[in-house]
Amino acid sequence: MTSSGPRTGTTLDAVAQAGRKAALIGYLPVGFPSVAGSIEAMVELVKSGVDIIEVGMPYSDPGMDGPVIQRAAEQGLAAGVRTSDIFSAVSAVAEAGGTAVVMSYWNIVLQYGVSAFARDLDSAGGGGIITPDLIPDEASEWVSASDEFDLDRIFLAAPSSTPERLATIVDASRGFVYAASTMGVTGVRSEVDNHARELVSRLKDAGAPHACVGLGVSTREQAAEVAEYADGVIVGSALVRALDSGGVSGIASLAAELAEGCA
Amino acid sequence: MTDLSQENGPYFGSYGGRFFPEALIPALDEIEETWRKSQVDPEFTQQLLDLQQNYIGRPSLLTEATRFAAHCGGARVFLKREDLNHTGSHKINNAVGQALLAKRMGKTRVIAETGAGQHGVAAATAAALLDMECEVYMGEEDTQRQALNVARMRLLGAKVNSVSNGTKTLKDAMNEAMRDWVANVENTHYIIGTVAGPHPFPAMVRSFQDIIGVEAREQIQNAVGRLPDAVCACVGGGSNAMGLFAAFLADPEVKIFGFEAGGDGVDSGRHAARFSGGRPGVLHGSATYILQNEDGQTQGSHSISAGLDYPSVGPEHSHLHDIQRVTYEPVVDEEAMEAMQLLSRSEGIIPAIESAHALAGAMRIGRELGSEAVLLVNLSGRGDKDMTTAAKWFNYFDEGAVQV
Repeated sequence: MTSSGPRTGTTLDAVAQAGRKAALIGYLPVGFPSVAGSIEAMVELVKSGVDIIEVGMPYSDPGMDGPVIQRAAEQGLAAGVRTSDIFSAVSAVAEAGGTAVVMSYWNIVLQYGVSAFARDLDSAGGGGIITPDLIPDEASEWVSASDEFDLDRIFLAAPSSTPERLATIVDASRGFVYAASTMGVTGVRSEVDNHARELVSRLKDAGAPHACVGLGVSTREQAAEVAEYADGVIVGSALVRALDSGGVSGIASLAAELAEGCA
Repeated sequence: MTDLSQENGPYFGSYGGRFFPEALIPALDEIEETWRKSQVDPEFTQQLLDLQQNYIGRPSLLTEATRFAAHCGGARVFLKREDLNHTGSHKINNAVGQALLAKRMGKTRVIAETGAGQHGVAAATAAALLDMECEVYMGEEDTQRQALNVARMRLLGAKVNSVSNGTKTLKDAMNEAMRDWVANVENTHYIIGTVAGPHPFPAMVRSFQDIIGVEAREQIQNAVGRLPDAVCACVGGGSNAMGLFAAFLADPEVKIFGFEAGGDGVDSGRHAARFSGGRPGVLHGSATYILQNEDGQTQGSHSISAGLDYPSVGPEHSHLHDIQRVTYEPVVDEEAMEAMQLLSRSEGIIPAIESAHALAGAMRIGRELGSEAVLLVNLSGRGDKDMTTAAKWFNYFDEGAVQV
């Protein structure tokens, strides 16, 4: 299979051209509650109006994740999820008409082989990788591999990032920059930090074509608030929780609500 | 030979680096800048020296173990007595150094991960001394087998959090400490207890521990008029080992040995021998050897010693392994416990089970090198904390006895 799937920049531009305030980006870990179950849920997200699916890979040491995603990852690993399951999920999302990117801790990609991962991701129809523990300074191998397959390199920016670092991050990124709304790990929060608005504006000043905000968004109101200033609204833990408690129908109704917030 | 003792990161060969979340990179930059400036600031170096001499109790002794030597092929064996430091291990050298840096950075709170509890105790001690808040993360399995150290930390005023996710040991404590740090970095410094983690920690922690080797090098030359034939240390994350090794890396005539926890045996799969059973990858901020499965998921380690029960290792050790400057060998639980008992009964010194791995290794190396050899062994900590484990292993508790 050699079909290149949509890249996030194209998807984000299309959302803006359609007159919507922001794209909705949803995270789910592959393998939770099972590989088939996670893929079904991801396809349902596409049907419910989620523009970009972050296909997460469960990892034994998720140092950037809060309790909800930690538990889902532990369950996925206990059920035997493998790195290659990522590509099945990515294919399914692409076939359903969604844009798929991978969210993974770096050792998973490294052990698969950076170049092989890029090749197989592109073949499966994936758009790129979000790398929460890989900074541009350490990414030379990934930069070459992603250039070869024209994949998106989605690095994170944080409220603590200096102007110099933001410039480096914007320069190294392709597709969008993931703006972490707060200093903390993933999880549902009652308020989205004010830092997010400022960070997006700093990223734009540094020349980022697209900046999407994640960490802490769980409700339609929060999504609407973030959609005012960001190109995309990223929701993770809230979707995982909805899938856990309400199954595929539960996640579909939350996604539809969030999509309204972004409209 | 290049002067390996001066390697300052961020990379050691192809290892090390900063594979870490962006949110914490500015904090790492600030730590590095503060650390580098402090090293050439007489006010800081004087303050540290004063604490080393009048609080930690440095220089630590070098003791010749003449009766234990009989178990080491008759070689002369010298023990670097880090067990005699205040708090009972080498960990205090680093904890005091980093706590001073934390003060300089205006932090009011320190956090730490701990396995055996020795680093947690050292961090809690430094925090008490310097009037800082302290919170320690410790795997649930370790809070049980090292309960004495949990009590010590609490007595010192630290909050101890038992970590019940993942494998419930040191690596999970480190994950939890990282989560705390990213949320509280404004007022909090994370005192990593070993030569692991993202740059500058491996180089910085070594710089606070290399006093071990600096002292020992001079002491052993005074004792025998030459350098030792071999130096031995146990390697968990590897800070006591780097602290000793650094002073000898540039001496080609000195063989250097690091002993990892072989647990139930490398073939059993229940061990913490990264160089026998692992391969390079990325964990906890640096590229290094890791116990992992085919997909890169970290595999649980096992050791009777909580302080060596870690699936990763400091990146400089990985480099020294690859260039074959240091030889790393596994020592199984049984060998370590035997060495613990032998040193206790031949010298009247009860070593930590971690340090007993170095002693068991020295028995092996001494027998290989013979009676003309001089061995230097890092006795990184004392064994008081390990009495429950030892009593169970050797069946020392009277049946039905309950401590009241």
